[in-house]
Amino acid sequence: MSAPMLKVEHLSVAFGGVKAVSDVSFEVRPGEVFTLIGPNGAGKTTIFNAISLIVPATGRISYEGRDLAGLAPHQVAKLGIARTFQNIELFEHATVLQNLLIGRHVHRRTNLAAELLFLPSARREEHEFREAVEKVIDFLDLAHYRDQMVAGLPYGVRKVVELARALSTEPRLLLLDEPSSGLNVEETDDMAFWIHDIQNDLGITVLMVEHDMGLVSRVSTRVLALNQGETIAEGTPAEVQSHPAVVEAYLGTAEAT
Amino acid sequence: MRFIFKTAYEQDIRLFKHGGQQFWYGLLGVALLAAPWVLDDYFLGQLTFILIYGIVGLGLMLLSGYTGLISLGHAAFLAVGAYTQAILAAKGWPFPFSLTAAALLAAATGIVVGLPALRVKGIYLAIATMAFGFIVEEVLARWEHVTGGNTGIIVGQLQMFGWTADSEESFYYVALVVAALVTLGVLNLLRSPTGRAFVAIRDSEISARSMGIHLARYKTTSFALSAAITGIAGALYAHKLRIITPEQFTILQSIEYLMMIVVGGIGSVHGAFFGAAFLIVLPQIVAMVKDYLPPAIGQATGLQPTIFGLVLVAVILFEPYGIYGRWLKIRTFFQLFPLYRRGLFRRQKAFMKSERLR
Ligand SMILES: Nc1ncnc2c1ncn2[C@@H]1O[C@H](COP(=O)(O)OP(=O)(O)O)[C@@H](O)[C@H]1O
Ligand SMILES: [Mg+2]
Repeated sequence: MSAPMLKVEHLSVAFGGVKAVSDVSFEVRPGEVFTLIGPNGAGKTTIFNAISLIVPATGRISYEGRDLAGLAPHQVAKLGIARTFQNIELFEHATVLQNLLIGRHVHRRTNLAAELLFLPSARREEHEFREAVEKVIDFLDLAHYRDQMVAGLPYGVRKVVELARALSTEPRLLLLDEPSSGLNVEETDDMAFWIHDIQNDLGITVLMVEHDMGLVSRVSTRVLALNQGETIAEGTPAEVQSHPAVVEAYLGTAEAT
Repeated sequence: MRFIFKTAYEQDIRLFKHGGQQFWYGLLGVALLAAPWVLDDYFLGQLTFILIYGIVGLGLMLLSGYTGLISLGHAAFLAVGAYTQAILAAKGWPFPFSLTAAALLAAATGIVVGLPALRVKGIYLAIATMAFGFIVEEVLARWEHVTGGNTGIIVGQLQMFGWTADSEESFYYVALVVAALVTLGVLNLLRSPTGRAFVAIRDSEISARSMGIHLARYKTTSFALSAAITGIAGALYAHKLRIITPEQFTILQSIEYLMMIVVGGIGSVHGAFFGAAFLIVLPQIVAMVKDYLPPAIGQATGLQPTIFGLVLVAVILFEPYGIYGRWLKIRTFFQLFPLYRRGLFRRQKAFMKSERLR
């Protein structure tokens, strides 16, 4: 078995008195789709935020053997980790193309002076960026929306644009926070194919939070179930879904709502 | 409607997207170059003011329109540029050198003023930048042996390497060249990673950071560039006014610049110049129509600021993208002419409304 790509050890996050994540450990192996499931408020997004270094956490997170502690949030992207957000965080007053180009930011090599004068180095870089971004546009079928403002796009498309923006960074590890939420059946189906292709054709490792059990079973290699910040089960999709603690956690919330 | 078929990346990158644009901007360039033959000294002077305010607008647009950081202290950057220019020109520095110094000093000031922006936003940033404006105003009034205090400084004619801009025309051309270069620089920036990073910060800091954008660095860069550009405008402003005093650089001017870019069209380069034109042309129109209005209105004090205020409110309510937004619609109207439908922009407008409620 290969060395883990992402290793989360004894991760805990508390907001005031609320323990959002308590002592969670897991490993994501290269090439797999690892999925976090759990009822609302289980702490899944908080784990993503801890990996993005935007919430203070205790424990240890290492990526490709390197401890993330001591890095600034913006440096995470440079390591090759990209993410999407549960409540879509796009650059609303920019076009789809511009959004994806911002995704290329980690690959910037020019300096301010070269940009102000648009020296040949800046022009060359722009060409490279566009070449990379056009590949993502083709891959996710976004050509039709390419020059449109994000603000005017339907929800389903925005979800795809956010995925495209994350892919534009050329990540090795992709964090997807509820990629299918708010999508209709057809769009969810597309999403499943894309995640599959991202894993198999692009060779990107995926860590995902997802509610749709159909999608989870279709694309996940392994699943970790959380409830109230704690790990309750880990294993293949089938194993986790039939685990008594998982059944109980979901029934519990079903009764509550 | 014009369909642009993209065949190469270069088509997206270049400044003029198609031949039509090249033609119209070429025509604008020719008109600006020919202006001295057409306009008399007074109107040429007003056009020069539009260029100078346009540069201020570009500076503020970069910061507020593109990076989403408000400033109520921009008159102070203008002052830094103007006083630096006045003092160095008096020492005999050629214009390109003193202009560079004015820009650099303003940029340095901008970096310091930008420090609060790393922690606060919105109203708090507005207050912090406003406080900075007051400090600069106070320094200008008190530091008499350098700034001349409240009496100000008399500024000589713009000169470089033995050449003097001793006429309205020659100064106009200098302003035109500077405005063109600054505009080009800003356009270049906007099609590069730094300009896009500004937009990213404006629209979502959390996403910007997850895309690897160092927020503090880019906010500081935005402040520095914005201040530098405003300082450049200040250097021209000093020569245009010939006498500079602290009262030309107060909070009122700062507010006016902010209103200028909002009316012109926030988040667009065109908007900076449209706003500047509005700022210069409005008083002229008010002066002209004043006599035809009933005396109770026409002779009322504060007529002009009131009209300015009303226009601002109208813009915010009906045309959030300002004059530039209106311009785009009129242009589309003519491009589509017989097929124009009233509902064409409705969806967009409905969106703007819901945005504002947030
Ligand atoms: N920034 C925050 N401040 C305070 N509490 C938070 C914050 N983010 C999340 N929480 C709390 O942490 C818990 C886990 O939230 P979250 O990770 O978003 O759950 P989910 O599994 O649905 O993604 C919830 O109780 C939530 O209210
Ligand atoms: Mg969540």
